[in-house]
Amino acid sequence: MVYRLVLENLKHRPVRTLLSALAIGVQVTMILTLVGVSQGMLHDVAMRSRGTGADILVRPPGSSILGFSGNMPEKIVSVVRAAPHVALATGTLVQPIGELDSITGIHLDEFNAMSGGFHYLEGGPFTGPNDLIVDEVYARSKNIHSGQSINIGLAWRVAGVVEQGKLSRMFAEIESLQDKYSAKDKISVIYVKADAPANIPEVLGELKQKLLDYKIYTVEEFVSLISVDNIPILQRFIGVVIGLAVVVGFLVVFLSMYTAVLERTREIGILKALGASPGYILGILLRETTLLAVAGTIAGICMTYGTRSLMGAFVPTMTTEIVYGWWPWAGVIALVGSLIGALYPGFKAARQDPIEALAYD
Amino acid sequence: MIEIRDLTKVYHVGEVDVHALRGVDLSVTRGEFVAVIGPSGSGKSTLFHILGGLTPPTSGTIHIDGRDLLKMTDRERTELRKTAVGFVFQKYNLLPTLTAADNIAIARDIAGRNVESDPQFDEILNLLGIRTRLHHKPRALSGGEQQRVAIARAIVNHPAILLADEPTGNLDTENSNAVLRLLRDLNDRLGQTILMITHNPEAASYGHRIVKMRDGRIVE
Repeated sequence: MVYRLVLENLKHRPVRTLLSALAIGVQVTMILTLVGVSQGMLHDVAMRSRGTGADILVRPPGSSILGFSGNMPEKIVSVVRAAPHVALATGTLVQPIGELDSITGIHLDEFNAMSGGFHYLEGGPFTGPNDLIVDEVYARSKNIHSGQSINIGLAWRVAGVVEQGKLSRMFAEIESLQDKYSAKDKISVIYVKADAPANIPEVLGELKQKLLDYKIYTVEEFVSLISVDNIPILQRFIGVVIGLAVVVGFLVVFLSMYTAVLERTREIGILKALGASPGYILGILLRETTLLAVAGTIAGICMTYGTRSLMGAFVPTMTTEIVYGWWPWAGVIALVGSLIGALYPGFKAARQDPIEALAYD
Repeated sequence: MIEIRDLTKVYHVGEVDVHALRGVDLSVTRGEFVAVIGPSGSGKSTLFHILGGLTPPTSGTIHIDGRDLLKMTDRERTELRKTAVGFVFQKYNLLPTLTAADNIAIARDIAGRNVESDPQFDEILNLLGIRTRLHHKPRALSGGEQQRVAIARAIVNHPAILLADEPTGNLDTENSNAVLRLLRDLNDRLGQTILMITHNPEAASYGHRIVKMRDGRIVE
């Protein structure tokens, strides 16, 4: 019976109900989209790392998990190549060019040998020092094609467009990149392939012995480290967004329920005259809030598909995933924020004097 | 049934004490239909609010079915409203979002009486003549129909007393007479104890006894 009253109350003010649920939905979408972008981009990095075909990667001392742009001398590649059971080793230079974009300098022949080569969708390999190879996602996001010139800080010519999934979204010849960005003989990461999978641990051990303080991981180890849990700044950012979402939910439900309580003063008086206890009155408002939070969560999840489509259309380089595991968490966060918002109006309603409430017009 | 002795009620309005009841004595036996009349400010509504457990008295003694209202906590007064008292108001006070049937059902729900069948109440619905109007919301009902639904809601839990505060105040003569006849029928057929506030001497004549109030006291 109480649920019928709750549903009828929500239906009685459809616009308020819809707006409240949508506002709660927006907070759920904020959380799910942020988590989806974080995980999508991290998984994208992991997928592209696997796409190199390497077994091990070597990075400069003190570099962070996602900080690919630290430098080390290129001569280290020779040290790596000299290690037993190393079949291939190639140095790469990661040059950030603003926002989240970077160009990766590669030795094309070595990289092809390790990764199995690019699959060109348009154009072909580098033919000059100003040539760039871009992947299909970057090409689509900037609407560029092979043969076109682009200016991304420096002027480049797009030599080819390749399938995505190998290391980076933009590639240049490493010597050219080193020249253009004053990074002569500097590299950021060395990708290593062992002569047999069984020898990977031995190569790893040998490199760790030879290159003290360098960050050396198997690719699978590196991929397992690429998670939100290992990136404190991302964790903090998600925490801030969740905090904001709780505040938004709190404010929306507080205002919605506060106006509902004022509007229903007389009805609350009637229920009290019928013998409803403060707990019964509070229960009605909390049930209403719970239904709003559930409706808002469902709306928020649906809107997350919308934001993913929008991101895919307007920012395709930011891979967004639908993170099902976060649906219940987003729902719980929405519910907690909403219930906190409903508490004060709920207690106000529960404490109302029935005589004053019945006299209210 | 109801025993009231030297009942007083003082409201504190700002720094002013308002003496709403100044020593009321009243006895009502089970099955009686008592009309309470008096001018505005005479204390009728305050007496009803105390009898209905909506507000505590200041002093005196007041017993309903042996229960002492003076010593009751808020929780106990809530329990009294749930089980022993039914209210009928001048403005009907139906919940606008619920149908007539649900307005009655919620009173049952609050009292924790989710009974499947209640032959006596079925008889009451027949008596009230609202069976065909039960699935309409209050806005689709006439004033007379709304008041009959309010009466049904007030007695659905078989309260010891029915308190009717100006139950015909918003009705035309025809509907007023119908509602008053219904209250009289409920009293006659079911032995329902009824206390009714009214300004209207004609309405008061439906009661077995008329009690007059003035300046917070019963004068006749």
